[in-house]
Amino acid sequence: MATLTLPEEKYIELYGPTLAHTPAGGWNNGEPDKLVKTHCCFCGVQCGIQLKVKDNKVIGFEPWDEFPVNQGKLCPKGVKRYMQNDHPDRLLTPLMRNESGFRAAGWYEAMHKTANAIKEIQGKHGKDAFAFLGGASMTNEKAYLNGKFARIALQTANIDYNGRLCMVAAGSANRMAFGVDRAANPWSDIPLAKVIILTGTNLAECFPILTDYVWRARDAGAKIIVIDPRITPIGRTADLFLPVRPGRDSALANGILHVMIERGWIDEKFIAEHTSDFDKVRELVKRYTPEVTEKITGVPAKSIIAAAEMWGPAETSMLLHARGIEHHTKGTENVLTYINLVLATGRIGKPGCGYGTITGQGNGQGGREHGQRCNQLPGGRDISKPEHREFIAEFWGIPEPELPKVGLTACEIIDAIERGEIKGLLSISFNPLVSIPDSERTRKALEKLEFFGCIDFFLSETARYADVVLAGSLQEEDEGTVTTGEGRCVRLRNSVSPPENARVDWKIICELAELLGKEKFFKYKNAGEIFTELTAASKGGPIDYSGMTYEKIENNMGVFWPCPAPDHPGTPRLFEGGKFHHPDGRAKFHAYEYRPPAEDVDAEFPIFFTTGRVVSQYLSGTQTRRIGGLVDQYPEPLCEMHPLLAAKLGITDRDLVKVTTRRGEITVPAQVVKTIRPDTVFIPYHWPGKKAANLVTNRALDPISKIPEFKVCACRVEKVADAPVKTSGAWQPIALKSK
Amino acid sequence: MNGALNGNEFFLDPSRCIGCQACVQACAECGTHRGQSMIHLEYVHRPTGVQTAPVVCMHCEDPTCARVCPADAIKQDDHGIVHSAAKPRCVACSNCVIACPFGVPKMKVELDLMMKCDMCYDRTSVGKKPMCATVCPSGALYYGPREYIEKHRREEPVNEFQFGRQTVRTKVNMMTAPEMKALPFEVLDFLPWEGKDFDPFELSRAGAPDAAGAAVWDEAGFGERCSGNCTCH
Repeated sequence: MATLTLPEEKYIELYGPTLAHTPAGGWNNGEPDKLVKTHCCFCGVQCGIQLKVKDNKVIGFEPWDEFPVNQGKLCPKGVKRYMQNDHPDRLLTPLMRNESGFRAAGWYEAMHKTANAIKEIQGKHGKDAFAFLGGASMTNEKAYLNGKFARIALQTANIDYNGRLCMVAAGSANRMAFGVDRAANPWSDIPLAKVIILTGTNLAECFPILTDYVWRARDAGAKIIVIDPRITPIGRTADLFLPVRPGRDSALANGILHVMIERGWIDEKFIAEHTSDFDKVRELVKRYTPEVTEKITGVPAKSIIAAAEMWGPAETSMLLHARGIEHHTKGTENVLTYINLVLATGRIGKPGCGYGTITGQGNGQGGREHGQRCNQLPGGRDISKPEHREFIAEFWGIPEPELPKVGLTACEIIDAIERGEIKGLLSISFNPLVSIPDSERTRKALEKLEFFGCIDFFLSETARYADVVLAGSLQEEDEGTVTTGEGRCVRLRNSVSPPENARVDWKIICELAELLGKEKFFKYKNAGEIFTELTAASKGGPIDYSGMTYEKIENNMGVFWPCPAPDHPGTPRLFEGGKFHHPDGRAKFHAYEYRPPAEDVDAEFPIFFTTGRVVSQYLSGTQTRRIGGLVDQYPEPLCEMHPLLAAKLGITDRDLVKVTTRRGEITVPAQVVKTIRPDTVFIPYHWPGKKAANLVTNRALDPISKIPEFKVCACRVEKVADAPVKTSGAWQPIALKSK
Repeated sequence: MNGALNGNEFFLDPSRCIGCQACVQACAECGTHRGQSMIHLEYVHRPTGVQTAPVVCMHCEDPTCARVCPADAIKQDDHGIVHSAAKPRCVACSNCVIACPFGVPKMKVELDLMMKCDMCYDRTSVGKKPMCATVCPSGALYYGPREYIEKHRREEPVNEFQFGRQTVRTKVNMMTAPEMKALPFEVLDFLPWEGKDFDPFELSRAGAPDAAGAAVWDEAGFGERCSGNCTCH
């Protein structure tokens, strides 16, 4: 039983988060030995950045103006990202659990302990009783390797990744609608659009660099429509803002399409020539009159009509979304109903015309392509399709029957651990205790594991439960490629080597494979050899990288897949000429009736709860909660609520409020602001323990993609204490009241 | 006047600002700043909105901060850049802080020194862009040729400000709505609860439409009526 042996404060004292405020060597650290052109380690935009390196430490950064996507621009996370290097919390050696927390261990002991635990559990309970959880912050090379390791070395069906929490609903919807899972357009199409719909994306805080693309479109006369329960920074100056009630997205999209059809703002020719199943949608949306849609969504009928008036007849347009419509038990349905708005106009596959989900994680795109998912093999192949299984089994040189079948998804793996069906877990770059809904259940599951091995560079809250922690590598301590949210495969350069006794992740995985007797499948001398293998494995698959090399990627500042041959330039824009990737070449409409979220408000829990991100933190905060400048910017979670709601509950700004759902409670200060729907409260999710928003969220899954419903559940809010009295300095500045 | 800046100018457009603080964080990273940011970013009024304003020095032609400094600590150089107070001279009186019409200078109490933006002179004088304007993800801070701004931006630059009887001309340009195209409207106009007695518990009352478990499509309740704005009937 893996219960914690130390109180929480002790783990924090020993392993952080410690706030790094100064760079390696201090502010007077002198001239760097070299500047390394690489990319940010955080979101799916993958901004180019130059890291300053001195004495094998990253001591600062310099903007990289020439990289075309961001041209030197960076968000605060990008500016401060280098401070994760040479960090006091960095794991420098393997750790093994003992009665007083952890002790430092040698690699031989830690690796043998891990390999033996895998053999023992699998010998006793079967191969699938040991699971593997990966992450989408890692390179394509590691995503490929993780999949191969799980299938050949662990021989388990149960491998999945934290992208399951991220954008899988969009991935499923994209495959269903277009036959392929990738943003349809390069971001350079955004400024060419005359109308842009941003739905369920806090774009300015989560993908700050893309703001400039949207503003450039606005400069050229574009209208911006923002759909969100909160007025986010990108919503502030929208031409049209639709304050949708949480969990009602598919109804809103159906309602907008209703008006477009009635007014004749659809492209019948495109629909007839390039799509199928529109008739079902046409029939379905008849009932979604503006009034009905208003009733469901809380968006005024006149705004729904205005949205159709802007979007319908536009000359060019882009529709972009992120987790806001995906994190639902009908996430796939939400995305498909919005894709209907794009297909109905025929505005896709042309300059300034298209669609995309904005991937959240650094390698959110590539991390979901190369076989790290429970239902997928390299090249975006389907593990349930006989011909795909044959191809990969032959490529890897194993008999097809030995290739595991489809396994459980990330949340289902945690559920199966809780039920006692999965006994052992190896995880890398994943912090489920913070990132999966219903944290208390995640904690109980972790406590049940017979063996838990973690590969990571900091001791995350989840890793505290590990039996063995293998000190892995930061992004800048390895090399490889990642594929950005626009489908551009870019090159990460090695800046420094792992400090002291830490090791590069892929070498740890390969060595573990060797201890499991599978070394002949994992003989790589460098990351480049893994890349060469993954491109070959992708040849002829739905996601084809076979024409890419490191050199080609470097020379072109990235290459967009599909890139099926050495002389192929890559494919920045998909679906040109109305050619989609289904066997019949058509895109598919999907008619989905609106249905309520898994948990809706009622008399007992009368307020909607939703969650999301702030600009200065990233995902579960394993990295960003250790960087002082970022923590100073937004130090702790606040509960955003509208003054109308606050007044009814007797709450004023900064009062401590308790938010309770059927799963748990969280107590944080209130932030009373008019930038949120009055029936909804919001708490960002980057913090652990008692400050974890996921204590209260609902682990109900989308039946198609298995993404959990982070974005809506029902809660009750009450005041528990007054705001702390502000201490005033002797010299209070004169406050000029704004009118 | 822009000799040292190679014809580049600084343009500030708060309407593009997303409040991310990349500028503030990056300013602190500038080679000579050593962790101290010389600029700041403020919410205009967070209770009612998310509008933020990045505050960099406007580099006035005739800087009020220097005029009111009793110690003659604030100097303007030949290129029109107004520098932070010189440490040997600054008496930390805060006159400049109070006098600046743009609210730029901040007293660093721990250093007994006024520090403010010097347009990244260590970078701009060697042909680089200021750190803040390089990283700004939204283009709220832009450093480059005026022709780019004139060609591509919706808003237009002004560098003359009227504060009562004082006219202030600045080196830094402020982008404003073009005269003939006023900003369209208040985003608050889109919110159905503004100015009304909105009930946040509307859905949670028994019998409310669209509540948990209730039939979403209550034909008798709200049927297939239409506003008449669309042509469905």
